[in-house]
Amino acid sequence: MEYVAAGALGFLGGMLGGLVGVGGGVLFVPALVIFLDQTQVKAEATSLMAIVFVAALGAYRQYGYGNVRVRDGLVMGGMGVLGVVGGVAIANAVSGRTLELMFAVLCLVIAAQLVRRVVKASRPPATDRAPGRP
Amino acid sequence: MKLLLIGTLGGFFSGLFGVGGGTVLVPMLIFLLAFGEREATGTSLAAIVIIGAYGTIDQAIYGNVNPGYAALVGIPALAGVVAGAAVQQRIPERAVSLMFAALLVATAAELIF
Repeated sequence: MEYVAAGALGFLGGMLGGLVGVGGGVLFVPALVIFLDQTQVKAEATSLMAIVFVAALGAYRQYGYGNVRVRDGLVMGGMGVLGVVGGVAIANAVSGRTLELMFAVLCLVIAAQLVRRVVKASRPPATDRAPGRP
Repeated sequence: MKLLLIGTLGGFFSGLFGVGGGTVLVPMLIFLLAFGEREATGTSLAAIVIIGAYGTIDQAIYGNVNPGYAALVGIPALAGVVAGAAVQQRIPERAVSLMFAALLVATAAELIF
């Protein structure tokens, strides 16, 4: 039963990957912790492995739809590896709680910006075109 | 130049908080490089393959990766990502933005609690 539940969360995580371009770890990690009794560290590590395959297939499908700028993706991925090394080093050096709260606030600010952008785009601009022109 | 910065920051936050790089990559591509939502999410996935592969190898060295469980979660997820990407082509880009905003709120909640 636990296996079925973990698989179902896995499916939803993958779905999220296809819909919004994340790896799905946000659901893989809880699936591994809650249903498969993994510790947080092991769950995150195992989730990463699943993410690689999910992201690869997702990127391949999105490429087929014409939504991948391959060069940009590779450049970001390469730089991302450097970033991970730095991030892990700092995570080990400083207290995590303050950083977590700061990142949570950042997430909320970005979410608000995204919503604002959608609201703005759905309103017709006040001065669309000069008067008299079709 | 911005691309280099975005990639580095994506990896940085990923290493720092264990969140997927996509959480950071997608909004930065939209806001800083004016990518469309679909393009941002597709390109983000390509970058995640590389960042995730490095992370997996690193963690595997410490013996933290369980390939059986990765398959148990990951194989259904492969079906999910194909379905998700197909659905994404049929909905407005604004809807993608709003779903992403909801995901960010959920991520923030997970970090706070």
